[in-house]
Amino acid sequence: MSEVSTAGAVQHADRHAAPESRPATSRRSVRPRDAYGLMVLPALALAAVGILYPVALSLWNSLTKSDGGQNAYAWLWENPVYMEILMRTFSTALLTVLLCLGLGYPFAYLMAISGPKVRAMLIAFTLFPFWISGLVRTFAWVIIFQKDGPLATMAPMLFGDGLLRTAAAVQIGLVQVLLPFMVLPLFNVMKGIDMRLVAAAESLGARPLVAFGRVFLPLSLPGIFAGSLVVFVMTLGYYVLPQMLGSSRQALIGQAIFTQANDLNNLGRSGALSVILLVISLALLAVSAWGRRYLPGSRGQR
Amino acid sequence: MNSKHIGLKLYGAFVALILVLPTLIVIPVSFSNKSSFVFPDGWSLRWYETFFTDRGWMAASWNSVQIGLLSALLATVAGTAAAIGLTRWSRRKTSSTLSSILLSPMVVPGIVMAIGIYMLFSQIGLLGTVHGFVIAHAMLGIPFVVVAVTASLSGLDVQLEKAAASMGATPFGVFRQITLPLIVPGVASGALFAFVSSFDEVIVSLFIKSPFLETLPVRMYSSVTDDSNPTIAAAGTLVLLFTTLILAVGSAFSRSRRRKLSPRSSK
Repeated sequence: MSEVSTAGAVQHADRHAAPESRPATSRRSVRPRDAYGLMVLPALALAAVGILYPVALSLWNSLTKSDGGQNAYAWLWENPVYMEILMRTFSTALLTVLLCLGLGYPFAYLMAISGPKVRAMLIAFTLFPFWISGLVRTFAWVIIFQKDGPLATMAPMLFGDGLLRTAAAVQIGLVQVLLPFMVLPLFNVMKGIDMRLVAAAESLGARPLVAFGRVFLPLSLPGIFAGSLVVFVMTLGYYVLPQMLGSSRQALIGQAIFTQANDLNNLGRSGALSVILLVISLALLAVSAWGRRYLPGSRGQR
Repeated sequence: MNSKHIGLKLYGAFVALILVLPTLIVIPVSFSNKSSFVFPDGWSLRWYETFFTDRGWMAASWNSVQIGLLSALLATVAGTAAAIGLTRWSRRKTSSTLSSILLSPMVVPGIVMAIGIYMLFSQIGLLGTVHGFVIAHAMLGIPFVVVAVTASLSGLDVQLEKAAASMGATPFGVFRQITLPLIVPGVASGALFAFVSSFDEVIVSLFIKSPFLETLPVRMYSSVTDDSNPTIAAAGTLVLLFTTLILAVGSAFSRSRRRKLSPRSSK
């Protein structure tokens, strides 16, 4: 899912394309201008069947279907288990963000200051996980974490029974799978930072660490912001990975939705959980789109 | 950078290993002589033999290829048309709203889409059908096509199209002889990603499969819990090889093309 990072690219492309394409279509065009609108229809029809109507259906069910004679939202509100699941999902997502930052920031910094050869290699390492199946990457962790697996064999005292079906396994898996989504936005911002600014600070007497902390770090904030947001939102919505590596007793919200819909056939409750997850995800993205304007270095950067 | 960054470099190497190494464990396990996921002490090809002789695995692989190709085709045609329409349409407000709708599969959590699609498809009888899979996967693939084609279009010189039109080309002629050849790299890379995303899709497929129609990832997912023998490692290794091959060929193609065009596009 290289999705969210590329979504930004389109907005850029859009913005660039707009002024050029306008003269072509507005005045002298022979074709009726709304023909371009018609070209969007097939894709829009697919989106209607594949996402608009299904999401609307979930919303509708969450409001109208009362499993067990109770409104789904009221039921969730009264059931502390779901608040717990929501909190667990948030804390897992937050920890994933922090660990990805800890691993990804120095890595992206190294990418930014390296020569072209090393940089290309590091980029390849970051893109490799994009290339290969997310399912295979998760499955690899199943092998590593299982009882009698490599981890248990290497450190029998610590992990004799393996880590599978634990929260730690989910956390490690999430960090490894989502790390590229942290590194790429960080690198995108860092490569645009003028390193002469850091050099200037040092030449004026700042110690290297101070120069880094006062000059480079603030300029890299948009990258930290973008990467953290992507990783956070993606963690919220994960189902397959926590299901394969974790235990159902420590379910995340994705698993709770699946259980309600598939195992218990409570479409109202699963709909309500879906709506909550969707609203939180979209709200975070909207807030970030708004907040990005107030970060340093967010203008004039590619 | 210099020797003072030695600590940073070591850390970078560590992170690079974290990114790549764990995944590669499926390769030795797929050649295992044991019938569990334990690290092998001897080698054998029996799990590949199981994979290639088992009807279920073969059917699932064939379904994945078929659904991947069909949905990539649909996503590419619809997505390319949409990208052109959205870039050129004079109603900027509407087209930016439409564009966020088309790109929304990238940000809406998979499980949310899966539940909704399941409910809709069970109402209209698309569960467990190739049609259903193709529609759902095409919808998921459209964002890749729209992003790639839009990027290509932004580098396109509109004057070329005007020139062709002024010399009497029909609108379709302009598209076929001018626009399309110039945006082919974007279309191709969009198609590639649409295929790979369908080929790797689990969560929606898990909901719309039937006992008679499942894809390779669905079978892999269910066999992790059900059989736990290394056939899935063999399948995983083959998937790894297959997707890497597709994307490597794709990027080699686009690089050679870029080299051909490089004198003009100075970047």
